[in-house]
Amino acid sequence: MSAVETGIHADVQHEEHVHHDPLNFWRKYVFSEDHKIIAKQYLITGIFWAMIGIAMSVVFRLQLGFPQADISWLRPVLGQWIDEAGKLDPNFYLALVTMHGTIMVFFVLTAGLSGTFSNFLIPLQIGARDMASGFLNMLSYWFFFTASVIMFASLFLQTGPAAGGWVVYPPLSALPQAHEGSGMGMTLWLISMALFIVSQLLGGINYITTVINLRTRGMTFSRLPLTIWAFLITAILGLISFPVLLSAALLLIFDRHFGTSFYLSEIYIGGEALPNVGGSPILFQHLFWFLGHPEVYIVLLPALGITSEIIATNSRKPIFGYRAMIASMLGIAFLAFIVWAHHMFVTGMNPFLGSVFMFLTLIIAVPSAVKAFNYITTLWKGNIIFTPAMLFSIGLVSFFVTGGLTGIILGNSALDIQLHDTYFVVAHFHIVMGAASAFGLFAGVYHWFPKMFGRMMNYRMGQIHFWLTFIGIYLVFFPMHYIGIAGFPRRYYQFTSFDFGKSFTDLNMFITIAAVLSFLAQFIFVWNFFYSIFKGKKATQNPWNSNTLEWTAPINPGHGNWEGDIPAVYRWSYDYSKPGSAQDFIPQNIPYSQTPESNLPHENEQIAMEAEIEAQNFNDQFKNAH
Amino acid sequence: MTYIVGILIVVFLGLTILVVSRLQNVLKGVDAGSEDSSKPEGNSWNAWMFMAFLVLSFVGFIWSYYSAEKDFLPEASSIHGRRTDDLFWFSMAILTIAFFIVNFLIFYFSWKYQYKKGNKATFYPENHKLELIWTVIPAIVMALLVFTGWKAWSDITSDAPKDSEVFEIMGKQFGWYVRYPGVDNNKLGNYNYKLIDSQNEMGLDLSDENSFDDFISVSELHVPVDKPVLLKIRARDVLHSVFIPHMRVKMDAVPGMPTKFWFIPDKTTAEMRAELGNSSFDYEIACTEVCGRGHFAMRLRLIVEDEASYRKWCAEQKTFLETYPEYLAKVPDNLKPKAMKYMPEAAPSDSTTAQTTGIGTTASFR
Ligand code: HEM
Ligand SMILES: [Cu+2]
Ligand SMILES: [Cu+2]
Repeated sequence: MSAVETGIHADVQHEEHVHHDPLNFWRKYVFSEDHKIIAKQYLITGIFWAMIGIAMSVVFRLQLGFPQADISWLRPVLGQWIDEAGKLDPNFYLALVTMHGTIMVFFVLTAGLSGTFSNFLIPLQIGARDMASGFLNMLSYWFFFTASVIMFASLFLQTGPAAGGWVVYPPLSALPQAHEGSGMGMTLWLISMALFIVSQLLGGINYITTVINLRTRGMTFSRLPLTIWAFLITAILGLISFPVLLSAALLLIFDRHFGTSFYLSEIYIGGEALPNVGGSPILFQHLFWFLGHPEVYIVLLPALGITSEIIATNSRKPIFGYRAMIASMLGIAFLAFIVWAHHMFVTGMNPFLGSVFMFLTLIIAVPSAVKAFNYITTLWKGNIIFTPAMLFSIGLVSFFVTGGLTGIILGNSALDIQLHDTYFVVAHFHIVMGAASAFGLFAGVYHWFPKMFGRMMNYRMGQIHFWLTFIGIYLVFFPMHYIGIAGFPRRYYQFTSFDFGKSFTDLNMFITIAAVLSFLAQFIFVWNFFYSIFKGKKATQNPWNSNTLEWTAPINPGHGNWEGDIPAVYRWSYDYSKPGSAQDFIPQNIPYSQTPESNLPHENEQIAMEAEIEAQNFNDQFKNAH
Repeated sequence: MTYIVGILIVVFLGLTILVVSRLQNVLKGVDAGSEDSSKPEGNSWNAWMFMAFLVLSFVGFIWSYYSAEKDFLPEASSIHGRRTDDLFWFSMAILTIAFFIVNFLIFYFSWKYQYKKGNKATFYPENHKLELIWTVIPAIVMALLVFTGWKAWSDITSDAPKDSEVFEIMGKQFGWYVRYPGVDNNKLGNYNYKLIDSQNEMGLDLSDENSFDDFISVSELHVPVDKPVLLKIRARDVLHSVFIPHMRVKMDAVPGMPTKFWFIPDKTTAEMRAELGNSSFDYEIACTEVCGRGHFAMRLRLIVEDEASYRKWCAEQKTFLETYPEYLAKVPDNLKPKAMKYMPEAAPSDSTTAQTTGIGTTASFR
């Protein structure tokens, strides 16, 4: 794989490398090194986790919406966590909130989204046979799988899983005597997350290397689809920030098991004063959010990349402001590293630091706004086809705007005093991160399902799924702004201990009902997904009339993706509805010399370059000795 | 709050008129032309759904806002709180306008530019001027918001005035301890977490003479009205966070790192009761940093009263030494005479009965 220098004469010598021995079942479908199989493994694991994560939220929503209800009927599932009176155990409430957050943020929206689509699309869209290292890629998945198994196992502990919130702030998470969930559950949480981070790093290195080194002939950076740009930037963000979380977790493990005092100081608990002095719980928060804030963009950027592709394709228009889109992603990525302390305005950190972080945080709204405007202009004067993927992409843009706007309120430290840790924050990030990224995931699945499984998902069902989910999510999260403005704190088992928490019982009930309905609507998707894998209509070569390279590969791409040569690339991927062209799309592998009728003046000049592009053949992994 | 409402109504009316006029045009078009079969499946009803969603969600937004508004917190009872409230509603008004415009464009364009046979999309890859405009406008708005926010934030977090009334509030699983500086020297004594035991729950250091007149309460915090109140905040086990919703006050309580927050409450509990017509109204202090099982019930009453009754209440409280006279043993010999002043009348220094009387006004600590 490394022998670039031998590549010049490789095409004659190594033809036979195309024919690999048939792999046995285990190597082909389980311990596979093929990026397409690994992508599907990520996707299906992600769907599994999403069902668990959302089901958990339904349980704690029941508690919040109907605090008096007898939920003994859930005892077959939850067992001892329902007490004799048929009420949810308050400790388990916190465990559910914690697990829901961890699962959704890391296992569904990081692994399930980025893992699936970076793996699936990077080689197919840049024209590569596979990832730079199939083996590391396989390892990445199996680290994630192991992390999943451990996290799943922690759900069944007698003392319950971790329960200090998904941010696991010490000292609560560091002291087993402080909380049931801080015992074995927390230990497993930390182990699982450490493995998860390793998986992310292995994956990220691979994505970056592949994008940089394995682009096909003519696929310059300025011709990369925005999906790939987004995956690349996401991987870089992850590579820089995840190690910080790993170190935060390691120090926490030391504090828990080896008597160090990184985060602990002056604590009296369980009738004794602990010897630890000099540590700082705030240090953990800095480390956590140094990952945590980039993490929210790690979750969102791939969704935005997917959306860019889908909106352009289905508006039958080039994405508006391709360069501005890249620039704003780079801007967001850079700023994402220097805004973390906006999660900590009221931790007692120096107020001057608060001012600085408020300033930096509000800057990030500018590139975000540019992205939103560019999507909207892409819709303008389009010829829009409402495929399910397109619907979800439009929904994503709406969520991104609605949720991003409240970020501007929260980023204002003076206003955050009142709103921090209330339902206003819950509303903000569920809309802008949770819902938007989930919609990116749905959009991606609907759009690339034909490429993944060679069959189509049911169109009508997808559209209905969209409307139920879109309306459902607004009904669930929009009212939470009101509850937050009224000062209701998050992570409360019930609100009735306080006079100011006695209002809004109806609204909480309403939200719960909307949440249950939205949850049920997801079964339409699950059914559609699994049914279509086996029984869906057979896909055509290029069902969405799209420009990107993956649609030039066979309907069911085999190992190596393309039979024969990998196509060369001559143009960007957004030549939709080009004036002069008879059909409303021109795929990336069509040279300008074949489309004289639609070429712009500067594109005619590029015809001269075509011979040069064709002469290159360095990046075909099959033709280079390996 | 009224101007945001006004703006909303204007925006909403404008939009409805626009939408209705558009819909009529299209309805005519639908009647005249015939549905063609090459149209992508379900395209037109999805386009219509966007319009329906647009209209219904805007109506829903406005209606829900009005029905929720009555349950929002009443006007802040602290000076900085009213300032941040104003700032909040001002920012909200600007953002709500943006919210309406942008969402309107998303849904309206989706419907307007739905697929029509024979139509060709406009090849429109960029326009630098447009992009510059919509980079600069948000930047200016942000600058405005940052500036107003920054001014408020710096004032709120500036050092407390010298004449502030100082209180110490300590979070623990699952309740609050409040320490008052006492009636004589108005200074809080030192503390040390190693001195904590089942009676000295706050770890008072009795070798510091300032602690002799300190007294402790676990069910309520009394503060005088119209005077700066400085809360010195700490925690003794895990993170907690002091949240006083009506005062717009929030600050984490961190073990090993004392924090603080000062504010000026300017409405007494009695005034608030009269204003709300609710004779059982109380200001409340809650915990907003998850701290374990009892997190949701860490309630402390806050009583804002006029200076005279505040002083009177303070004078009635028993000092820590008065409650637990046996701690006299911890007082260094040279300070004992001074400490004796705060002992109960008949001072049995090894009393065991004192323990049952409990501390301060321990009325209802769970
Ligand atoms: C306009 C840009 C944005 C600004 C100014 C902004 C600002 C903020 C601020 C200040 C907070 C902390 C609130 C608090 O805890 O009191 C916050 C929370 C959060 N934001 Fe944003 N945000 C923006 C966009 C986003 C985006 C795009 C995402 C995700 C993709 C996101 C995800 C989150 C999450 C997950 C939290 C809450 C984490 C937690 O406390 O559990 N935000 N945001
Ligand atoms: Cu953030
Ligand atoms: Cu708490």
